[in-house]
Amino acid sequence: MAEILFYVFAAVVIGGAFGVVLSRSPVGSLLFMVATLASLAGIYVLLEAHFLAAVQVMVYAGAIMVLFLFVIMLLNLGHDYRRDLKGGAFAVVAFVVIGALAGVLMHQIRGTGSSADMMMTNGAHSIDLALARYGAVGAIARPLFTEYVVPFEITGVLLLVAVVGAIVLAKRRVS
Amino acid sequence: MTTPSLFLGAILFVLGTFGVLVRRNAIIMFLCIELQLNAVNLTFVAFSRLMGIEGQVFVFFVMTVAAAEAAVGLAIIISIFRHYETVDVDNFNLLKW
Repeated sequence: MAEILFYVFAAVVIGGAFGVVLSRSPVGSLLFMVATLASLAGIYVLLEAHFLAAVQVMVYAGAIMVLFLFVIMLLNLGHDYRRDLKGGAFAVVAFVVIGALAGVLMHQIRGTGSSADMMMTNGAHSIDLALARYGAVGAIARPLFTEYVVPFEITGVLLLVAVVGAIVLAKRRVS
Repeated sequence: MTTPSLFLGAILFVLGTFGVLVRRNAIIMFLCIELQLNAVNLTFVAFSRLMGIEGQVFVFFVMTVAAAEAAVGLAIIISIFRHYETVDVDNFNLLKW
């Protein structure tokens, strides 16, 4: 059952990604992206990352995509249906780059795949243990607020900088 | 289910790279970068099945950086649009030689 669900979600993810890249209208791209992100949340559930699935739906498919949609509507790009794929030599370069990238990634994964199945029990077992003891939120919150508390605080500073930067950049110049 | 997830992450990353390379619309290029970040997130979650919960903690940081990047990037796009009246990256050639 989980296998079938995984492949259904994976098909939606890949189809949505193709839609994002190839769709003519920006709003269409955005809606394909929402489908991709929601299916990724489903895959996170299948991989037993329940809290991340919830955050994925709320933050990514909700907040960030609404921000993109807001900008598209603000700049009035919703009716700009002109084809904007680059052609000629640039397309050839793009295909060469993604071909090389795909080759390297597939080769690496095939290398780790066999050893991955042997190590399979380690992490999954410790995650099951943490989920049983602390719950879906606590299992992530515990390392986040103990071992990784300094990166967490720095992330807060990063968000502050981003907010100030966004306001300064998008503000209309008053002369 | 770990190895298929890794393959799915690789496919998603390659598609995102393709989108960044061939599209001209700056907003869609940003969407494709988000696609790449999500591919990395999926790989982190898949590897957390092998290495422990730390992989999921790092997905949090990646999501935060993605949100910050989207906010600043879209602000830059708005500010460029005010100047050039377009989001087509072919028109932004100030640094081209």
